[in-house]
Amino acid sequence: MDIGGINPVILVASLMVAAVPIMLAALGELVVEKSGVLNLGVEGMMIVGAICGFMAAVGTGSPVLGFLAGAVGGAALSLIFAFLTQVVLANQVATGLALTMFGLGLSSLMGQGYNGIKPPLTGKVPFGPLSDIPVVGPILFNHDWMVYASIALVAAVWWVLRSTRLGLIVRAVGESHDAAHALGYKVNRIRLACIAFGGAMAGLGGAYVSLVRVPQWVDGMTAGAGWIALAIVVFASWRPWRVLIGAYLFGGISVLQLSLQAGGSVIPVEYLSMSPYLVTIVVLVIMSSGRGRASLNAPAALGQNFHAAR
Amino acid sequence: MLRLEKRPNPSKFWLYATPVVAVVMTMIVGGMLFAFMGKNPVEVIRTIFWDPMFGEFAFYLRGQLLVKAGPLILIAIGLSLGFRAGIWNIGAEGQYIMGAICGAAVGLAVYPTESRLIYPAMVIAGALGGWAWGMIPAILKTRFNTNEILVSLMLVYVAQTILAKASTGFLKNPEGMGFPGSRNFSSYPAAANPELVAGTGIHWGVVAAFAVAIVGWVLLSRHIIGFQIKLSGQAPRAARFHGVNPSRLVVLCMGISGALAGLAGLFEVTGPAGQITIDFNVGYGFTAIIVAFLGRLNPIGIVFAGILMALTYVGGEMAATNLGLPAAAIQVFQGMLLFFLLGVDVLTNFRIRTAILGVK
Repeated sequence: MDIGGINPVILVASLMVAAVPIMLAALGELVVEKSGVLNLGVEGMMIVGAICGFMAAVGTGSPVLGFLAGAVGGAALSLIFAFLTQVVLANQVATGLALTMFGLGLSSLMGQGYNGIKPPLTGKVPFGPLSDIPVVGPILFNHDWMVYASIALVAAVWWVLRSTRLGLIVRAVGESHDAAHALGYKVNRIRLACIAFGGAMAGLGGAYVSLVRVPQWVDGMTAGAGWIALAIVVFASWRPWRVLIGAYLFGGISVLQLSLQAGGSVIPVEYLSMSPYLVTIVVLVIMSSGRGRASLNAPAALGQNFHAAR
Repeated sequence: MLRLEKRPNPSKFWLYATPVVAVVMTMIVGGMLFAFMGKNPVEVIRTIFWDPMFGEFAFYLRGQLLVKAGPLILIAIGLSLGFRAGIWNIGAEGQYIMGAICGAAVGLAVYPTESRLIYPAMVIAGALGGWAWGMIPAILKTRFNTNEILVSLMLVYVAQTILAKASTGFLKNPEGMGFPGSRNFSSYPAAANPELVAGTGIHWGVVAAFAVAIVGWVLLSRHIIGFQIKLSGQAPRAARFHGVNPSRLVVLCMGISGALAGLAGLFEVTGPAGQITIDFNVGYGFTAIIVAFLGRLNPIGIVFAGILMALTYVGGEMAATNLGLPAAAIQVFQGMLLFFLLGVDVLTNFRIRTAILGVK
């Protein structure tokens, strides 16, 4: 059952894999933005996570340690951002850009000598006979554990933000830092923690790119995934489950254009490879305009630094 | 315990001192990085910052300095206008590419005609190409309220694929034996951008950069538009009462920065780069963001910042060939510079006080 030389079952199965990096990064950024901070350094944290995870996995032979190292690397880089924006109150947009540029340079510096190496294989979750079910098996029961972990993380973030005290505090800090401060919450410390969480998630996503999705180390291999993750947060209008939908949508487009390229489509390769970026722009336009304005749901204090006058 | 206290007005002293402090701190921490990589830090720093100006090969490298500074200054001045007004065009790299493609296409279309009008036409086409690419995020922002940061950045990736298509497809040299890349402009005098004064590296792009710096300074400090830009950035509400039309300002700032980036691309592709190739762009559009901040978003400051950043490029290449310093180390170095600049900037707007215990 092929449509235009593309098997829809394989397509859906591989889009679930393709969506993982942007889903993780977007989920982290969602929490960061919910706390009122705009971190444009997602791309930089992802790529540093990618190389940290790759180095650790190659060095130890364990993909689990690789993912862990990726998360630690991303979080460590995000702490630079956290220090600059929360302690010395630097402009968030400019600092985020600096983080991306620094991260791209740092990763390529760290990654020297790691080109052309294969990382250890991240194992699939053994579902036994379940994975042999036609159609449903390959789509749902034939993935590595990170695919399921990413979905679980979406659920966890949704639950924490919606129905826990912690989530309420994070949202309060993002909606009105003055009110949160008046209630006695340490605004900048809470934001610092959120930024570190966002960094860890971006690093995890980056590690997934270098350990599973590609899997090898190439300079600048995230190729704008961090920026697409930022766009997905807007697309999701700051709601976790919509991040999942958005990530699958973009995963689907990137897988579709790749398989069209491989299938020798009539559309030139160049136009196919620009499609994820064009679709991002179109989606942003749709989400930002008209009655369904995503910006209406944006955290009220997004991008504003907080300085306690008293 | 240290505590920050907001200054009633930004400190004039620190406004100008921060870039210097940031550069010194970057040198120190960068030196530590180089030492960690097993290089002699003093030697590396000297190779990057001293040798291109006064070293053995300075007679050649000083020219290279202006070649690299030209596009950085052009782009950064355009960006600084928007940054001042809170309009974040970070897709200058894409506008740079599109300007180069459009300008080069005009020149290549009339090959091998010789006429004095060709180069000016190419310059106009280059500026228009960059302008048009910058207009996309501007129109989307004003019409649909779309985030200009994300759109302008996405368009960089789109521009890169168009560039790949141009160098392997529609602008490919028909006599190039199948190699990707357009005709080389150095063998087409009417469309070339040669060195104007031998040995100085000055080409039309450098001339344009200095001219734009002066115009930019006049615009910002003497013209009503400059006032409106500054007002919108510092007090958006006051700007609206003053009658500033935010949409017009977005279109204007994005348009100017796009056109200048396009110009920079055209001058680069017809001059130092010589031809459209798949990777003729080397990230000036992104480095220019650092230059704009380092120059304190001030056209004259940007000229100095551009030359300093060019120094890291030229010196970095020297360090790469002579000392085996990886090219990525320079990128890290440049990123670090922006970090320190943004960090030290706290002193411009805040005083650091030691809090008395109990009176917090």
